[in-house]
Amino acid sequence: MRAAERPSDPAGTGWSARLHVVTGKGGTGKTSVAAALALALAAGGRRTLLVEVEGRQGIAQLFGIDPLPYEERHLADAPDGGEVRALAVDAEEALLEYLDMFYKLGAAGRALRKLGAIDFATTIAPGLRDVLLTGKVKEATTRTSGQRRVYDAVVLDAPPTGRIGRFLNVTAETARLAKVGPIKTQSEGVAALLRSPITAVHVVTLLEEMPVQETVDAIADLTALGFGVGKVIVNGTRPPLPAGRPVSAAELRRGLVAAGLPADRETVAGLHDEARDQLIRRELEDSLRADLVELGLPMTELPLLPDGVDRAGLATLAQALVSAD
Amino acid sequence: MPSEDAAPQLDVDQILADPGVRIIVCCGAGGVGKTTTAAALALRAAEQHGRRTVVLTIDPARRLAQSLGLTELDNTPRQVKGIDVETSGGELHAMMLDMKRTFDDVVLQHTDPAKAAEIFANPFYQAMSSTFAGTQEYMAMEKLGQLHARGEWDLIVVDTPPSRSALDFLDAPARLSRFLDGRMLRLLLAPARSGGRSMFSLVTASFGMFSKVVQKVLGAQLLTDLSGFVAALDSMFGGFRQRAEQTYRILQARETAFVLVAAPEPDAVREAAYFAGRLREEKMPLAGLVLNRVHRPAVPELDAEQSRVAAERLAELGGHEATAEVLRAHAALARQAVREQQVAARFTEAFPAVPSVSVTAQPADVHDVDGLRTIGAAISRP
Ligand SMILES: Nc1ncnc2c1ncn2[C@@H]1O[C@H](COP(=O)(O)OP(=O)(O)OP(=O)(O)O)[C@@H](O)[C@H]1O
Ligand SMILES: Nc1ncnc2c1ncn2[C@@H]1O[C@H](COP(=O)(O)OP(=O)(O)OP(=O)(O)O)[C@@H](O)[C@H]1O
Ligand SMILES: [Mg+2]
Ligand SMILES: [Mg+2]
Repeated sequence: MRAAERPSDPAGTGWSARLHVVTGKGGTGKTSVAAALALALAAGGRRTLLVEVEGRQGIAQLFGIDPLPYEERHLADAPDGGEVRALAVDAEEALLEYLDMFYKLGAAGRALRKLGAIDFATTIAPGLRDVLLTGKVKEATTRTSGQRRVYDAVVLDAPPTGRIGRFLNVTAETARLAKVGPIKTQSEGVAALLRSPITAVHVVTLLEEMPVQETVDAIADLTALGFGVGKVIVNGTRPPLPAGRPVSAAELRRGLVAAGLPADRETVAGLHDEARDQLIRRELEDSLRADLVELGLPMTELPLLPDGVDRAGLATLAQALVSAD
Repeated sequence: MPSEDAAPQLDVDQILADPGVRIIVCCGAGGVGKTTTAAALALRAAEQHGRRTVVLTIDPARRLAQSLGLTELDNTPRQVKGIDVETSGGELHAMMLDMKRTFDDVVLQHTDPAKAAEIFANPFYQAMSSTFAGTQEYMAMEKLGQLHARGEWDLIVVDTPPSRSALDFLDAPARLSRFLDGRMLRLLLAPARSGGRSMFSLVTASFGMFSKVVQKVLGAQLLTDLSGFVAALDSMFGGFRQRAEQTYRILQARETAFVLVAAPEPDAVREAAYFAGRLREEKMPLAGLVLNRVHRPAVPELDAEQSRVAAERLAELGGHEATAEVLRAHAALARQAVREQQVAARFTEAFPAVPSVSVTAQPADVHDVDGLRTIGAAISRP
């Protein structure tokens, strides 16, 4: 008994949307967080779809599997019988699929493709490319089988903060190029879904200056464009320092002696410097965290994983995403 | 740690002081510190080596831009005031690339005002000059060519766009000019011209089909706009290509030095290795690798495990809370340093002859002239 009749926010952890768009500055952990979220939301016998749209095979790399085709595939089992599927949307394939729905292209379609016409069309009009990509995401999100929804949630590993506004704002981009016709209609349908409560855009950041700045800018941008921002996800955080105050050299020396470590001048001075840098760093992180809090959005912190994002790490992140704090 | 000793040390001061080096290009994966390194090198060239330097930055962090006086986006270099050049007699000029404006300038240069106005109004041009993947790289090259042609500077330091892959800087311009020069555009322009040739008949037939489909899906206006765009740009293809090729040749010349920037992370180091391999293929001069944001414990003798065990002992003992905390932090730092060295070794093993230098991660971000000076000193005196 899956899907339709279940509440979309099972554990009451604030992931109430059905389409989760995960953005953030490059390298902050979008792919890792999107995958962890897809796992978390699939727990308990549900089914989710993890989608990537930038042709980078980030999902395959993360899971250490062969490149994903343009086809929904089983990716991982979630705790208690859930399933995560994955899809790498390709704009060319999506265009051909789309055209085939309206016109019988057959061999002509393949010829066009060989010629590079499809690539050309989606390249010269980035808005067209984006509406094809988001169109496919919309289709998966709303797809039903019988009375049931095929996916309880769809998680999109989206373009970075610098491009997310333009990527989601499909109507504005296509309106520039296509004034009439099915693409225009299509983009309007996509836009309606993206601006509805079904969709939430989550922004991943690190406690570093540029990612935080981009987060603040992107949220302002997205809000102005009418998109619902879900959570700010602070990735790679470290546990707070229990003492968290400057330590004196004398105090350090006594501690080192007590621990049976060398306590010569160089060692004490060196560790003292390290401690000072560490505090500067932590203070900066605290002030950046305060900037994020000021946004007034729900915030979730994810731990820095000492061994990087392996399967166990993903499970840890998934757990942290849904554990209400 | 054999890997660290194996690679020769990169001597940045020697490069900055060499009058034969006229262009330094800083490349690397996204977010590794290209902009910071470019600005730090340029500042050092002016302050320490008395060179009349210009730095072309791309998308600098807001605070860094402000501290270099880059508040106006006017796409031309401005002299940076308040730096320490009294003894050296150098100068630092800085600019921020305005991609769209640079594209507009290229169009203006290749065509008459009436036609330029037509191009500017075309929605395809607007989309392409602001969003086309590769336009930024292309325009960075173009701007470098322009600055070089002006011949006003002893040294031009170029930052590269924040693309995921370092190779984009070399590949995107060619991709864009191939695209502008491409078969598709020709076909769009020339269904009539190629109609007579039987070899093309299948192509032309599917293309006619394509046009029809496009017309249905996107509307007829789109095709009109597109062919207008193509026709308008047609006269400029040659010029575009020629310029890109010219700049490419400058990059191969001995007056150029590529400085690869990488962070000690797997992706960044992999990118750096791809790029180094590519430079070798293209016979482009690679000066060396700057390994940026490296973590180095101040007490290397105390290893991670020792430190962790000692912290635990103190915790049991009680009363040394603060020292235990320092030791735990040291353990984490030492562990990270080891991991970073292993990652960096992948590059030095693949390119043992490429000189490299490590720059320690500063506790806070680099966003003023003092910070740049610190980085410049760290690059030169590791
Ligand atoms: N919480 C974490 N702890 C440790 N390492 C992490 C964490 N999250 C992400 N990483 C690592 O950071 C790097 C970047 O992560 P990821 O690829 O998910 O980011 P991204 O935002 O998708 O990057 P890109 O912009 O390149 O697509 C990877 O090497 C990943 O393993
Ligand atoms: N050695 C360093 N220590 C501490 N912070 C650093 C160091 N080098 C760079 N940074 C900081 O890292 C951030 C990224 O640096 P920078 O903007 O130079 O990278 P980039 O390679 O130009 O990035 P992009 O690819 O986005 O253009 C900046 O906030 C900068 O201040
Ligand atoms: Mg990614
Ligand atoms: Mg940069």
